[in-house]
Amino acid sequence: MNVLWLQSGGCGGCTMSLLCADTPNLMATLADGGIELLWHPSLSEASGADVIALLEACEAGRQRLDVLCVEGALLRGPKGTGRFHMLAGTGRPMIDWVQSLASRAHHTVAVGTCAAFGGVTAAAFNPTDACGLQYDGDASGGLLGADYRSGSGLPVINVAGCPTHPGWVLDTLLALAMDEVSEHSLDAIGRPRFYADHLVHHGCSRNEFYEFKASAEKSSDLGCLMEHMGCKGTQAHADCNMRPWNGQGSCTNGGYACISCTEPGFEEPGHPFSQTPKVGGIPIGLPTDMPKAWFVALAALSKSATPRRVRANATADHTVVTPAIRRTGRK
Amino acid sequence: MSRQVLGPFNRVEGDLEVTLEQADGRVSAAWVNSPMYRGFEQIMQGKAPMDALTLVPRICGICSVSQSAASAAALADLAGVTPPPNGARANNLMLSAENMADHFTHFYLFFMPDFARDAYAGTPGFDAVCARFKAVEGSAAAEALPARARFLQLMGTLAGKWPHTLSLQPGGSARAILPAERVRLLSLLREFRGWLERHLFGDALEAVSALDSADALWAWFDAKGPARGDLARFLDLSRTLGLDRLGRAPERYLSYGNYSIDGARRFAPGIWDSTVGAVHPLDTRDIVEDISHAWLAGSADKHHPLVGETHPDADKTDAYSWCKAPRWRDKVVQCGALARQVVDGHPLARSLVAQGGGTVMSRVVGRMLEIARVVPMMEAWVRELVPGDPFCVELELPDQGVGVGLVEAARGALGHWLVVRNGHIQNYQIIAPTTWNFSPRDAAGTPGALEQALIGTPVGDGAGMPLAVQHVVRSFDPCMVCTVH
Repeated sequence: MNVLWLQSGGCGGCTMSLLCADTPNLMATLADGGIELLWHPSLSEASGADVIALLEACEAGRQRLDVLCVEGALLRGPKGTGRFHMLAGTGRPMIDWVQSLASRAHHTVAVGTCAAFGGVTAAAFNPTDACGLQYDGDASGGLLGADYRSGSGLPVINVAGCPTHPGWVLDTLLALAMDEVSEHSLDAIGRPRFYADHLVHHGCSRNEFYEFKASAEKSSDLGCLMEHMGCKGTQAHADCNMRPWNGQGSCTNGGYACISCTEPGFEEPGHPFSQTPKVGGIPIGLPTDMPKAWFVALAALSKSATPRRVRANATADHTVVTPAIRRTGRK
Repeated sequence: MSRQVLGPFNRVEGDLEVTLEQADGRVSAAWVNSPMYRGFEQIMQGKAPMDALTLVPRICGICSVSQSAASAAALADLAGVTPPPNGARANNLMLSAENMADHFTHFYLFFMPDFARDAYAGTPGFDAVCARFKAVEGSAAAEALPARARFLQLMGTLAGKWPHTLSLQPGGSARAILPAERVRLLSLLREFRGWLERHLFGDALEAVSALDSADALWAWFDAKGPARGDLARFLDLSRTLGLDRLGRAPERYLSYGNYSIDGARRFAPGIWDSTVGAVHPLDTRDIVEDISHAWLAGSADKHHPLVGETHPDADKTDAYSWCKAPRWRDKVVQCGALARQVVDGHPLARSLVAQGGGTVMSRVVGRMLEIARVVPMMEAWVRELVPGDPFCVELELPDQGVGVGLVEAARGALGHWLVVRNGHIQNYQIIAPTTWNFSPRDAAGTPGALEQALIGTPVGDGAGMPLAVQHVVRSFDPCMVCTVH
């Protein structure tokens, strides 16, 4: 299975993240999985005319194109011309290249939230008229249109995340190489379910603080980040706290809120990223699938039952009260 | 005389197009085009100031923490706070981890594979270079990638992840390091040091940073030859291919200084002017951005970044890039690891520049020298962490004011200029390292640093993209997504 990887209106961070993959030899992992890089902008040898010749061969159907990976948003501006990104050496807007190549690809993969939904590049008033391959924020459409299907019959596979976890990209590509991706593998907005059927909350190391609503109040506090610090881990679809980043990290482990970066529109939350918006002291964004009345009742109860240890540690940057040691075993 | 439009350049971060005019087999004029615009400076206007910490790292996936650090520094300047000793060290560790990983990535993945191209087949030592550095397939890619991934596990602990962290805050770090984590960080650093000493240098880091002249560097090389390690393999190629005479850029070197700690910067700031052999003090009032050849409209050709403007105008005549042209005292400067080491006064860097100027070879050696100098600093910063003491101080941002954040990314001087009015960002201007190095012409028609460095570069028989041009371009380790942002 060959892979052509193109970058446009993004930061290249999904590629940088992929290079952090936890594998003894990334190139061998790809090769062993039957994956050949036709061209990747950060890794391949070919430059200039050689690349253009390859793109033209794919476009004309002379070169088989199994997987088209696009990283970065698609820049439609100014005024629909696509001139905010003309692919170097070609005098042609990148959106033209992508539309043309997507019509030849057996699979089309959006790597990262920019390519999936528009992402940070589409923030504020969206100065470049950026969108995703098949979505414009949460509206179906984007560059390729709602009805687009790649040669395999699948819509664009949206490996959303800002950046993506290296494992999400690798597992997707390896599954594609085994021909094990179907409509059922994707959620309602095209994300691979193997990671998107989880919530960032799952496995969060701050769970005990969450249970008791013992909350962080400032940067570096150990407490739950939901009540004050803007955390959306109970709503964001991803397995970030089950599949660690860079060894043992995650956003909530790093001391900061989940900003829901796998979701369309995360770039414009309608409030400062690191502050939880509230009405009557209750966060607006409640945990997914939880009725508000239950949340309010449980929060009140758990706050009143918070152990002294949990309350004290929540606003410290290291454990100041240690858990009691209980005798275990038969008395 | 003929014109050639070159692109895409891969193995640079982002998209790049270069137009060359040639005469007698050499480049006679060059125009550098940064062909993509995203509008971050427009996106930032009206945002809550602290939102900059979430948005600006996403300018760039390879300089992400540098953007965070500049933003945090600008916000700290606005608030008038200084991180506590632990916070300063944690933030320096994050910034240096990214900078070291970027130098390493540049050398092994972006720069060296060009010497393994078929066009060099038949030159002495080619088979060994090819086996080691071939893009994707070489043994270096197989070994360097996992070493890099392992090294960046530092960021899993310090920053939650890399790229795009929010641990780095104006008041310090949001992630306090525990005693056992401190031990593990040190162990990861020792592992990386071991890799570097075995494969990259073939010598102790301290022996490399003790090299005090170009002559000492060549004596070090001659003692064991290219088999010593990957840096020596590069020096061998430099000598064979004359990389010490290729791609000479203007003789002014800018560094903002880097790694603030206990009230000083571990690398000194300033502008080294080779023609007079002196360091000018850094004064940000000397900096302007010129838009005369950028697809940008504005009320004047040039502005100081605090009053800078960003209005895209794709139809502007005489423009050929989305990149603005920053100038220091109206002059072109180069920045990067070599500039940092020259301004800081490292004798090897000063000697290389005195002998041949800022060239392909000296820019690459500058990065390697910096790896040898910074990894031991990182070890010291980890040792100096005091678990239990604060990592972050609280701050209150004023509703009005300005903040300037200056740091050194791997690729060079990165500045953020922030203006806050009524509690919101009124203006946010960014000058990135490659904005300096890959700027277009200014109103006076003076070409940017790369545009000057390319002049005289041999273009061979004109078929395909000239290899020497590629060496010169990649020797700057350009980051095009930062350049325009």
